[in-house]
Amino acid sequence: MTRLEKLKLYQDEPSIEAKLSGLKEDVARTLELAKKYGATAAEAAGSIGHSLSVSVRLGNLEKVEWAVVKGITVTVYFGNRKGSASSTDRSVSHLSEMVGAACAIAKQTEPDPYAGLAEKTLLAWQYPDLDLYHPWRVAPDQAITLAKECEAVGMEWDSRIRNGEGAHLTSEEGGSVYGNSHGFVGGYPTSRHSLQCVLVAEDKGEMKRDYDYAIARDHEDLPSPQYVGIEAAKRAVLRLGARRIKTVRAPVIFSPECAGSLFGHFFGAIAGTAIYRKSSFLFDHLGKTLFPERLTIREQPHLKKELGSAPFDAEGVVTSEKDWIREGALVDYVLESYTARKLGRQTTGNAGGVFNVRVSTDPLDKAALLKAMGKGLLVTELMGPGVNKVTGDYSRGAVGFWVEDGLIAYPVEEITIAGNLKEMYKNIVWIANDVDTRSNIHTGSVMIEGMILGGII
Amino acid sequence: MMNVSTNLTLAEKTLLHPAELSHQNIECLLGKLVRRTIHEADFYFQAKQVESWLLEEGIVKEAEYHVDCGVGVRAVSGEKTGFAYSNDIFLPALEQAVCVAGSIAQSGHGKSAVLVETGSIGRSLYPSINPVTSWESLQKAAYLKKLDGLARQTDPRVEQVIVSLAASHEVILIAGRDGVFVADVRPLVRLNVSVIVRDASGRREAGSSGCGARSSYGDLLSEEKGTGCVKEAIRLALTNLEAIPAPAGTFPVVLGPGWPGVLLHEAVGHGLEGDFNRKKSSVFSGRIGEKVASSLCTVVDDGTLPGRRGSLNCDDEGTPTECTVLIEKGVLRGYLQDKQNARLMGMRSTGNGRRESYAYPPLPRMTNTYLLAGADHPDEIIQSVKYGIYAVNFGGGEVDITSGKFVFSANEAYLIEEGKVTAPIKGATLIGNGPEVLKAVSMVGNDLALDPGVGSCGKDGQTVPVGVGQPTVKVDALTVGGTNLR
Repeated sequence: MTRLEKLKLYQDEPSIEAKLSGLKEDVARTLELAKKYGATAAEAAGSIGHSLSVSVRLGNLEKVEWAVVKGITVTVYFGNRKGSASSTDRSVSHLSEMVGAACAIAKQTEPDPYAGLAEKTLLAWQYPDLDLYHPWRVAPDQAITLAKECEAVGMEWDSRIRNGEGAHLTSEEGGSVYGNSHGFVGGYPTSRHSLQCVLVAEDKGEMKRDYDYAIARDHEDLPSPQYVGIEAAKRAVLRLGARRIKTVRAPVIFSPECAGSLFGHFFGAIAGTAIYRKSSFLFDHLGKTLFPERLTIREQPHLKKELGSAPFDAEGVVTSEKDWIREGALVDYVLESYTARKLGRQTTGNAGGVFNVRVSTDPLDKAALLKAMGKGLLVTELMGPGVNKVTGDYSRGAVGFWVEDGLIAYPVEEITIAGNLKEMYKNIVWIANDVDTRSNIHTGSVMIEGMILGGII
Repeated sequence: MMNVSTNLTLAEKTLLHPAELSHQNIECLLGKLVRRTIHEADFYFQAKQVESWLLEEGIVKEAEYHVDCGVGVRAVSGEKTGFAYSNDIFLPALEQAVCVAGSIAQSGHGKSAVLVETGSIGRSLYPSINPVTSWESLQKAAYLKKLDGLARQTDPRVEQVIVSLAASHEVILIAGRDGVFVADVRPLVRLNVSVIVRDASGRREAGSSGCGARSSYGDLLSEEKGTGCVKEAIRLALTNLEAIPAPAGTFPVVLGPGWPGVLLHEAVGHGLEGDFNRKKSSVFSGRIGEKVASSLCTVVDDGTLPGRRGSLNCDDEGTPTECTVLIEKGVLRGYLQDKQNARLMGMRSTGNGRRESYAYPPLPRMTNTYLLAGADHPDEIIQSVKYGIYAVNFGGGEVDITSGKFVFSANEAYLIEEGKVTAPIKGATLIGNGPEVLKAVSMVGNDLALDPGVGSCGKDGQTVPVGVGQPTVKVDALTVGGTNLR
């Protein structure tokens, strides 16, 4: 018998609620210290959490990992000068040292007329419970059993699956608190549970690796371990026999797990910082049509249980539902109070980024989309950085499938796809309804015309 | 330079004394992990200070100071690892971590562990200093301002200048059940200059350049170093203002010296890490002794270069770093190993067990990976190409170690036409196959250079500082992800 069965992880840990109230006190104490040290304004954020993670490989336990973490960060303002410090030690003496360090820095930075807290009236003085906390507290041996089931089903799926990097289950819960010298203190608990399986298919001396994963706030919402294992196996096997293709201009379908990055680049390009630095290919494009007219990109930060949901942003400002793209045109930049002041606009409540984005879809499924494309490339994995944020020039490595007559013909690898993001956004033809909801940006498969594929010759 | 026993004293004072932890406490806790079925077990105590300063729009706008302290506890039994960490260094947290880590092995009775002060690694590749305090704040702010002024004077097309300085100071203490009791004090500093330039037509481009080392601010940042970074960032941005679309397809590619060594890091480095080879999921698994590159290629991983960003006195398991030959005249010679993977493969650790921090278990990782110089003159290499690409700067890369496919993204490249470097081309991703690409190396220059000290490598969610290097290299065929169909 191993000691695993005897392991009691959670019983010695205070509840997240108790830890959060302790964290709120620390945030309040930090703000008081800042005031005591002469700061004219201050903000502080803290986080706490614990996580269990297990890995199995080829039917055997590979790793058990347990983590208990916490951290706190402070920004102080002396008029328009600012300084920041953070620490993983929340003892009173360290909080005092941390605030002292931030104040010392603020004396060396220069006045920035736009620096400061968000406006008091915009803060989330009341905020909804978004149902983001669903503790699981799975016992280590149960977690191992689930991961083993996941991998075993995947390994048995096809005789060509003979190896893998295993199945990994992670269950984490935690919470964060934000407070500032306007008197605001807000915080809430969250949880996240995920299962991942990485398998290797082998045939005729060739090896191909692929994976699948599932993630949810509530473990009840995860698909079965078997489903994840089988998907990983299917994906790895489908890659066998991949070929290169000739260099050609062709339409490309980005599968949903790849298409999210296209819109990630879009949000990077309309972020306030990139705009005021003029380091964005979408600088000066407010109100302009960037996408086909029927395309809408909508942010919904208050969806219950969603992975990207948040009641307020990283500076306590209320988050709200809004369109970023309406009828293909850019509605606003992604702003926090600093970048908003720089650009003479109002914050959009997006300090820390966007929260749950949904890209509109067309009424067709993946099969119909492949049919609509006829001949071209379906991309299932992108490799490398390859995006110039200033010019929008795009060039990345790709893995996927060649499509002929609307059907998958054979797997493809070791090719590049290139274009310019501005052109690519305009050249979106269809977005299928096979939406992937596992990340912050929800999109279906995206078909783009006229990309350049680099291959042999 | 301070001597090594001073490092140990400092580490004990920083990490153990505040928590009132004694040698006996640690020996007693480690003793719980001394069982027949446990092969490796260690505590990794770490205290880290990090600071960063940012100048933007001509003003020193932001600075941050971060302190992180914690302990990671690990037990390894066969292929199994039990790992726990906490950013509280105190006895109850350690006791819980020991229970978790030890849970992966069969029950058994603990014996006592005896720590041996193997503190004398016998080398100081970098000074035992705290770079964060090596300059006064005023001096840091003044340095940033000076570089900003220089950038704005250099060319009227410079529209935006962002300069950042960063330093970290790490004190680590490793206590292993094999008796290892070793400390290291690791400084790291870095400068980065980014500019945006705009020409009369309104076209904009970015350029950046940086440098870094395990040293104090003063030792890295001579006047010429800072000036050099500013000029290089502007040169790169202005070059790209003129860039024409890159061709698409497969061509001969000449890679410049230094940073383009990211080729080796992606194409072969990752694929030779022990964990992937032990699991047989690397395209290089089981191929030691085979020819995997042209005879012109000898590739090493060297963690012992003084002051380099990727260098370490000892790895994060307390093993002294080495210069490991990976490929010798085209033949695969060895893998990069940590203790666990070395044991499971019947090899020995090469001092490549690294971790981002106490919050992660060690993995086999690269240090400074480079290709040794050959005999060809760089000019002759260019002259040998009728039509191809000359790529001299890269943004980064990625590899699938199972299929061997890798990419790296050029951000400064030129066409070669009739043996001459001609027009600059826009950034493009290059893609190849690890075991094939080095076979296609047909010329190796005599101009070996290492990168300026800015590399970071990610694996399993862990980022560690690394170095790369190479001389000018000609690869007969690589696929270029341009937009121009010839």
